[in-house]
Amino acid sequence: MAQLDAGQFVAEDVPAEQALTVQGVVAEFEKVDDVIAAAKAVHAAGYRYFDVHSPFPIHGLDIDMGVKPTILPWIVFVAGVMGAAVGLTLTIWTMSIAYPFLISGKPLNSIPAWIPVVFECTILLAAFGATFGMLVLNKLPMLYNPLLNVERFRRATDDRFFVVVDARDDRFDEAKTSQMLEELGASAVETVKD
Amino acid sequence: MATIHPNQTLAPDVDNAHDDPRQRAPLVLGENTFGTITDKVSGLAEQRPQMWWWIAFMISFSLMGMLFALIGVLFLTGVGVWGNNQPVAWAFPIINFVFWVGIGHAGTLISAILFLFRQQWRTSINRFAEAMTIFAVMCAGLFPAIHIGRPWLAYWLFPIPNQMDLWPQFRSPLMWDVFAVSTYATVSALFWYVGMIPDLATLRDRAKNRIAQFAYGLFALGWTGSTRHWHRYEKAYLLLAALATPLVLSVHSVVSFDFAVSQLPGWHTTIFPPYFVAGAIYGGFAMVLTLAVPARYLFGLKDLITPRHLENMCKVMLGTGLIVGYAYAVEFWVAWYSGHHYEQYVFLNRPLGPYAWAFWTMITCNIIIPQLLWFKWCRLNPWTIIIAAMAVNVGMWFERFVIVITSLHRDFLPSSWAMFHPTWVDIGMLIGSFGLFFTFFLLFCKFLPMVSMAEVKTVMPEAHPGHGHGPEQAGDFKRSTESE
Repeated sequence: MAQLDAGQFVAEDVPAEQALTVQGVVAEFEKVDDVIAAAKAVHAAGYRYFDVHSPFPIHGLDIDMGVKPTILPWIVFVAGVMGAAVGLTLTIWTMSIAYPFLISGKPLNSIPAWIPVVFECTILLAAFGATFGMLVLNKLPMLYNPLLNVERFRRATDDRFFVVVDARDDRFDEAKTSQMLEELGASAVETVKD
Repeated sequence: MATIHPNQTLAPDVDNAHDDPRQRAPLVLGENTFGTITDKVSGLAEQRPQMWWWIAFMISFSLMGMLFALIGVLFLTGVGVWGNNQPVAWAFPIINFVFWVGIGHAGTLISAILFLFRQQWRTSINRFAEAMTIFAVMCAGLFPAIHIGRPWLAYWLFPIPNQMDLWPQFRSPLMWDVFAVSTYATVSALFWYVGMIPDLATLRDRAKNRIAQFAYGLFALGWTGSTRHWHRYEKAYLLLAALATPLVLSVHSVVSFDFAVSQLPGWHTTIFPPYFVAGAIYGGFAMVLTLAVPARYLFGLKDLITPRHLENMCKVMLGTGLIVGYAYAVEFWVAWYSGHHYEQYVFLNRPLGPYAWAFWTMITCNIIIPQLLWFKWCRLNPWTIIIAAMAVNVGMWFERFVIVITSLHRDFLPSSWAMFHPTWVDIGMLIGSFGLFFTFFLLFCKFLPMVSMAEVKTVMPEAHPGHGHGPEQAGDFKRSTESE
């Protein structure tokens, strides 16, 4: 939801107020139950460009919000298979082709002896897949986020829960959306500008 | 038994070490809310360190300096500064390597295996146990690297094409070790960092000065706790745990292959992989307890690292200790049953030979003293926990001493027999490695969230849907556990 569009940064002589555009609306909730109810209501009202920010994962909320299951496990699987392929290629090629060296009459391609190396390569690449796959899918690192301009929002990593409706949503209307969130029991509603 | 209901706040000194199968014991004590958890843990990184921290840091830092000075002596002079010689060519460096790698294993067990088993008590201790893993693996990795004689050729260990068209020999367990330990260090660091991203964001959002905002902001990667992000994040964390679990078991198995694949009596035995893994977890839990017991007092984390956490760790230590004791017994039995004279001699020589003092130190520290932990009183008393944990720390070092030194010092031909005598450089490097470990650990305690705030919040009753409708609603907690 963050707009990283360079075109939004304006020349210095333009007054700052004029340059700001509405990015969305942030509503603060104090309890887990309230934010779950609010998220369900926002989803039921037809909003799709919205999100819930919480200091810890709230299990089941992603399903209520209609978040599709992530493809991350497939990325990790493919990365793991690639790791195994790298390990096998490295060991088989170096030991049987690039540098054949006979030890105790063992076959040049002694697969059982390669297993530890193949296994470690599999785990290593799969772990890279899990970590960097998650970051890429989440569009992280994101070094600027207009949400963090809202002072109140900083408690999203502490003890408050926030519903954020993005201005890109077709149904978004600053006044109406704010009113709806207030009616859902938000303890505060603010507009995000950037 | 305390209830977990929020409207009846728990007294800070409630007994959560009591087992009642009808209810889960609370894992966070005291009158804590999400906010106070954040304040307590972040506060440690935000406040100026206390005097004890400076004293401990200066001591550790000096010892680390000594370690690097001794490495300088080693590089300038050669491996002759150590007591290593024929037939004991593997001595302190390998003992220290196995000792430190082993310590790391408890951190991964807590962070990955207990996560897969849904042992929620891991949440308060996993962060610093993982930090311990990484710093222990750093200490471990140092020793083989400086043991190779010509450290400027350390890159020969890696499969890098070179001008001689040579490749490393992948049939060698030492090569497996290079892959296992470097993968372990990398994956542990990734797991630790991924787990820390939400907490770094917390520190970023609370930071008051520009440097802290920038540094925490950079490493928090722009995390805002979005549910869409949490969805993928939790999947990634689960997958990393599932990958780290076989990895940690493989690492000490591969370390044990360094010994077991050789033909040396005392090393050449099939029990080594499970025996080493159990010993690693045993020694690692001893180190976690050695760090956790003082930390909960010094950092004021008694509500988060509760008596129940200490008791559970003591139970794991007792259990793995019994596996280790069983492995010792099996080694002797197999030596007798093998009918192999050299094998039988090695195992008679351990309790009765010139290194009997090391063997009996190992038995006393690893097998006898930890039996204290059968008694609940001892599992709840910080002093007895520390006595047992320190005994295991010492005992596990001596276990590796017994395996390496006693097996080597009696060669096949009596004319090749020799005793091993450590030099001052050997002993200085062992002490210095603790300096390296504690320097990093103290820096971690000062600058990073030493308890996983986001995860601790999830085990609080307030985090679960359906909570907070008043005390008349029974079965609250039951429902909330189902929703996981």
